[in-house]
Amino acid sequence: MKLDGKALLAFIIPALLLLGWQALSSLGEIPESVLPAPTAVAAAGWRLAWTGELWSNVTISTWRAVIGLIIGGGVGFAFGLANGLSRLSERLTDPTLQMVRTIPHLAMIPLVILWFGIDETAKIFLVALGVFFPVYLNTLHGIRTVDAQLVEMARAYGMSAWELFARVVLPGALPSIFVGLRYALGIMWLTLIVAETISASTGLGYMAMNAREFMMVDVVVLSILIYAALGKLADSLARLLERATLSWHPAYLPA
Amino acid sequence: MTASNPAMPFAPTVLAPVQSRAASEAAAIDLRGLSRSFGDKQVLRQVDLHVPAGQFLAIVGRSGCGKSTLLRILLGLDAPTSGAVAVGDGRRAGLSRIMFQEPRLLPWARVLDNVRVGAPRGEGKAAGRAAAQAALEQVGLGDRAGEWPSVLSGGQKQRVALARALVSRPSLLALDEPLGALDALTRIEMQNLLESVWRRQRFTAVLVTHDVSEALALADRVILIEEGRLALDLPVSLPRPRRRGSPEMARLEGEILDRLFGKPAPVERVAAGAPQEAVA
Repeated sequence: MKLDGKALLAFIIPALLLLGWQALSSLGEIPESVLPAPTAVAAAGWRLAWTGELWSNVTISTWRAVIGLIIGGGVGFAFGLANGLSRLSERLTDPTLQMVRTIPHLAMIPLVILWFGIDETAKIFLVALGVFFPVYLNTLHGIRTVDAQLVEMARAYGMSAWELFARVVLPGALPSIFVGLRYALGIMWLTLIVAETISASTGLGYMAMNAREFMMVDVVVLSILIYAALGKLADSLARLLERATLSWHPAYLPA
Repeated sequence: MTASNPAMPFAPTVLAPVQSRAASEAAAIDLRGLSRSFGDKQVLRQVDLHVPAGQFLAIVGRSGCGKSTLLRILLGLDAPTSGAVAVGDGRRAGLSRIMFQEPRLLPWARVLDNVRVGAPRGEGKAAGRAAAQAALEQVGLGDRAGEWPSVLSGGQKQRVALARALVSRPSLLALDEPLGALDALTRIEMQNLLESVWRRQRFTAVLVTHDVSEALALADRVILIEEGRLALDLPVSLPRPRRRGSPEMARLEGEILDRLFGKPAPVERVAAGAPQEAVA
């Protein structure tokens, strides 16, 4: 992707917003206690980066997010595969999973705190629970909607069950699996923010809540912006992966 | 697209010589008392048919007459409710290939890898690639090996499907209206290509089609199926390559169409040596 004139168009409005925000803050129109100026937020970022506090909190939050995603996404993917490929497995497990799905996973927070306290397990559990369903549902859907004509062709051409899976079913389900992954990434950060805000002694959410206690609005805004940046980064990584593995897809072919 | 692809060092050799590997023997087909029903609906009723090895047989009939079901049974994709099917010496698997109405290429596999889907198993990767490349050259697409199927035209996709069907040198090639979705000119091109590969490889070909003139352009013998029964069995002994629109072809076409639309055909001809027309 080249940054040509057209790509720059997207940056005009954010840049204007930032300038407007800075101008209003400098003129005193927005009180420091409501929303500090962008320069103040940047200064807070610099300060925290200097003490190392920022990195340790970003690292611990990212670690929680990734571990939760691997566990929840892995289990969701496994169930999606099993239930997509086997009617028996689907009859056995899908109704239960659908039942559990009706519980908003964030409603589990009080129970999870009772079970695990406020240490790592609680947050990883919540993230894993949150990302499970989008991965599960989209994997299942992807496998179910693989072109039946291709499956018939593969059988007629004598593919073994494994070949059928590896060469037809999985590649066919991949676009849908990626939709699930990108959805899961959004839920992953959302869950983590809530969990860290409510109960944590480290992490970005903790940093924000702690700053609130001391009325350090600049750090609160900084935390929010970092969350946004991490979310964007995760989404971009997923898109990159998507581009690499779906290069056959007409939507990704170079023009 | 083409220029940027490194994976095609081969010159486009249209109709390259056939692969060095020995051709499979063409398979004879023997159907006896074949019936197939889906629930209450009888699709095939007591069909008896013998197809000698190497023959190009065309099956015509209206939609839903059972001709596609017959083809699927020949390929082992469907089983008859009753009756016996014998293809070749009984080693059906691996020896028969099918071309569908749609190309059914794997969109996530390059053209060459799509052809390799049809390559015989257990011969090693290099042998499979070489055979696939040769098959692609045979259908005139040797220079497109490294491309994605989505950039090919409909006719080109169907030619890749033909290469995929031919790469294992089948003894029986089943064609389920493979040209039905192509435009008229591409269709004639594909008919010529099909005829030329059949004449070189001499497999047994079974073509299911709606198009009577297509059947007459290609086949040694045309059978008509009506309501699950063999209604007409017509040898076509016109010399090849056939000229479209010759008076003899027009006469045969008229004969089949008359039969299809209910006018009594003057004579029902019977191919020599083959048991015909089951009495159901």
